[in-house]
Amino acid sequence: MTQEELLEQIYKKDSNAFTALYDMYSKSLYGVIFNLLKNKEESEDVLQEVFVKIWKNIDSYNESKGRFFTWILNIARNSTIDRLRSKDHNKNLKNLSVDNFVHILDHNATVVNKIDAIGIREFVKKLKPTCVRIIELLFFKGYTQQEASDELAMPLGTVKTQNRNCINDLRTILEV
Amino acid sequence: MEEFINSGILELYIFGVTTEEENKEVQEMAARHEEVKAEILSIEKAIVNLSYSVSPHLSPDVYHRIRKELIEKHSEEPGVIQLQPRRSSGVSGYIGWAAAIVLLFGLGIQYYMYEGETGKVQSANKQRDKFEQMVAAIEKENNIHKEKLDLIRDKNNVAVPLAGQEVAPNAYAKMYVNNAKKEIYVDIAGLPEAPQGKEYQVWALMLDPLTPTSIGVLTKEQIAENKGIIKVDNFDGVQAFGITLEPVGGSASPTMEQLYTLGKV
Repeated sequence: MTQEELLEQIYKKDSNAFTALYDMYSKSLYGVIFNLLKNKEESEDVLQEVFVKIWKNIDSYNESKGRFFTWILNIARNSTIDRLRSKDHNKNLKNLSVDNFVHILDHNATVVNKIDAIGIREFVKKLKPTCVRIIELLFFKGYTQQEASDELAMPLGTVKTQNRNCINDLRTILEV
Repeated sequence: MEEFINSGILELYIFGVTTEEENKEVQEMAARHEEVKAEILSIEKAIVNLSYSVSPHLSPDVYHRIRKELIEKHSEEPGVIQLQPRRSSGVSGYIGWAAAIVLLFGLGIQYYMYEGETGKVQSANKQRDKFEQMVAAIEKENNIHKEKLDLIRDKNNVAVPLAGQEVAPNAYAKMYVNNAKKEIYVDIAGLPEAPQGKEYQVWALMLDPLTPTSIGVLTKEQIAENKGIIKVDNFDGVQAFGITLEPVGGSASPTMEQLYTLGKV
């Protein structure tokens, strides 16, 4: 199912729309949330929150705002960041910054996940350290170009083109 | 346009970290150029896959929990989300994987068991062959014994017991003379095993004057093969038998010091 078909279902309030939505994006959103929170139960909570938000606000989405995936990705990141900023989480914030999504590949080798990730997994681990850092900041953490540029001590333009090169590597492997 | 794509703006657009102005620009370009549109879809696919790949296992319970939550608290129109058995692929995707794994395991186990059974069948076959050989050997032995027993039981037999002599007082042997068949057999079950380099030699004796005639040298192979009841040469009118221990191959005349048994017909 394409994103467009999915959206059509959701707009029509098709009774299977939620299921379709969940099927298409739950794992990706959960991946993003977990990458930030590093805690499965808490990530499940946030994922639930995210789906409720998507469902409640679906009418406010339209294509002029960007890709649907981008829209829900932003909801997921923002909800997670809110959670991270909450009282309970402050104490854990520091040691979280050490990990990135590549570490997660190593630490979540449940059987099912392994199969899901098996193709991309080996490649992702081979990503240049710079790529890992850039993708981590821009995609997983939602840093702006400027923030990433500051964090990485890298010129603004370079961040953007470097990121493209990294994603190109990824696409070559995934053949998309 | 090429330059626009290569600038890396599309990636940031998918990531959701572009400004509103940049978004507008991208959308305008996408509306005008199919290449830009296609590029956006490809980048999105890669990114969805990347985030999917770092996701830990997501329990199907989460799906049901969220669905329930949406129905109970957030469905404005009842029936928008109907509680009904799930048919599409999310959880069933996992179930599909799980089933595939189970199937693989199953196949593995089947193969393992098949291998095991094949092994068992093979060893059972081996065992059976062994038993068959044993049975055949026993039958053969049995036939020999039967044969020998028949020889000894023959009503035309004259049995001649040979008593132990000086060198071996406890030794004994028996001759069976079958005059009808003109056959003579010796049963040496009561003789000690011949020592290395020696063999028993059977003599037919005429008593007056004492004339020994060799009627057989008993080799170890013969003794084993015939269960100790060995056919020797016939000797018409024999009057007595003697058995001596001789060097392998036998002697022309008996070594009297080594006379083990002796008996008159």
